[in-house]
Amino acid sequence: MSMNIIEASGLGKRYGGAWALRDCTLEVPAGHVTALVGPNGAGKSTLLNLAVGLTEPSAGGVMVLGGRPAGSPAALDGIAFVAQDTPLYKNLSAADMMHLTRNLTRHFDQHYAQTRLHELGIPLKGKAGKLSGGQQAQLALTLALARHPMLLVLDEPVAMLDPIARHDFMATVLAAAGDGVSVLLSSHVLTELERVASYLVLLSRGQVRLAGTVDDLLASHRQAGLEELALAYLRENPAGVTK
Amino acid sequence: MSALTLPAPLPWRRMAWVTWRHHRLALAAVAALLGALSGYLWPAGLQLHHAYAAATACHPASSVACQTMMENFDGSYSSPAQTIVALLHVVPALIGAFAGAPVLARELETGTFRYAWTLGFGRWRWTLAKLVPLAIVVTAAAGVFSLLFSWYFQPFFAEGSRIPLDPELFGLRGVAFAAWTLAAFAMGALAGMVIRRVVPAIAVTLAVYAGLVLGTTLYLQQHYATPVITSKLAVPAAAWIMTQWWTRGGITVSQGTMNQVIQSTFERIAPVVHSRAEKARVVTVDLPQYLTQHGYAQWTRYQPGSRFWPFQWIEGGWLLALSVLLIGATVWLVRRRAA
Repeated sequence: MSMNIIEASGLGKRYGGAWALRDCTLEVPAGHVTALVGPNGAGKSTLLNLAVGLTEPSAGGVMVLGGRPAGSPAALDGIAFVAQDTPLYKNLSAADMMHLTRNLTRHFDQHYAQTRLHELGIPLKGKAGKLSGGQQAQLALTLALARHPMLLVLDEPVAMLDPIARHDFMATVLAAAGDGVSVLLSSHVLTELERVASYLVLLSRGQVRLAGTVDDLLASHRQAGLEELALAYLRENPAGVTK
Repeated sequence: MSALTLPAPLPWRRMAWVTWRHHRLALAAVAALLGALSGYLWPAGLQLHHAYAAATACHPASSVACQTMMENFDGSYSSPAQTIVALLHVVPALIGAFAGAPVLARELETGTFRYAWTLGFGRWRWTLAKLVPLAIVVTAAAGVFSLLFSWYFQPFFAEGSRIPLDPELFGLRGVAFAAWTLAAFAMGALAGMVIRRVVPAIAVTLAVYAGLVLGTTLYLQQHYATPVITSKLAVPAAAWIMTQWWTRGGITVSQGTMNQVIQSTFERIAPVVHSRAEKARVVTVDLPQYLTQHGYAQWTRYQPGSRFWPFQWIEGGWLLALSVLLIGATVWLVRRRAA
């Protein structure tokens, strides 16, 4: 099945006078763990917010999951989004969060969620805000995966986590990808993506600089790894990074 | 994947638990506030009604003992009633600000809207499913509470010391109290969406509400219907008198100027009374009566007491329309501008 999880054409978003994202034309095929990388302020969160329908484009348009308009009910049914800093309702318990999610989504696998939280040792009672950062991230990820999404979108998912929590989190994401979930995650930390990403989108200063499968990009740019590739590209094109 | 069958939207009832879980504390606070006030008003009202019944049962009513009883009633009950009236003016604003403003502001401030609005229920439906039930609940609670206050305050109207159209009391009775609570809630919701932070949104709600109340009582209420103008000296008892003035020939004199003239004239010509016998010979005149017999006319512009309910429906009506507009604007903003 050759479906594009993201199809952007001429997509742009302006905040006030400044373009956070400009002239973004992009097709990301399904079946990958796609890494959206770039320096801080490159427009990664803006692109993700547009893809999940939280933001309206100032120019162009974006379709998800094979032609569904971003933010439409059909699109929202198939996408699970974990925003930056995993904003859970801090005063709700894990059980409450499950109940809330089940009420507001079309599909929710309660059994999966409960089993997974049990495995992770996350208590169902007690406020989510009292959990450790790693547990909060895992709770958010569990709720997202219990929806059995076609696309899992993660905005800087591990930026706030310690190395062990980071490793555990990425292991869960990889397992989901192994089960056939397309993943789109943004990060400004390149090392953690080395192991997981099979597709790369490089953004800087609001524009897409590189996009393609990691294997193709490494071959054509004669680089050994993702980090080297991205750094080399950004160094070679200083207009893309310097202010 | 190109064949898109539009899924039916998730049923509204799915939001019931969510709204309850998120706002049960705010609703409990509203219940506690109105409950505490009722806990005072109910026993105080019983006492007040009892004392008034005793004072009116006194016979003959014109006797000194009965007059004293009525004066005692006023003396001991009107001042706590005044305090309650002052307190109640703040209640709709408090309910509106603390129940209405956080509905959207808290989501936007903590970032949880990114979760709630990407879940498939749809964000404008989510907003409507929160605002409408909460608005109905706080409005109904305020409406029931204002019935209790109306009952509590009844003796002062019966006695004639206060009138229902008095701007200080008008907004606390009938449908107005509930309507003001609804408007405050809607203001809070919109302020929360626009300002996106809980505390500033509460502050702005309180300020805007106070401004609207002030503007309404000072300038708007008197124009709900064209006032009646009369030159009769006897104005109906429950009338809300706005202005009075005097005319003679083509000349108009304000009540204030007239009072000054009367005052200074009296100071010049008032007889000095030395003894009880002298006092008996002094003829007292009803001054307005005297003046009208001598070509003056006293004019009064007033709203008759019978307009209480029409005025209530006018005020309730425009506040309801305003609230619908504000909630509509909030939902529209949620649809338009998110992250």
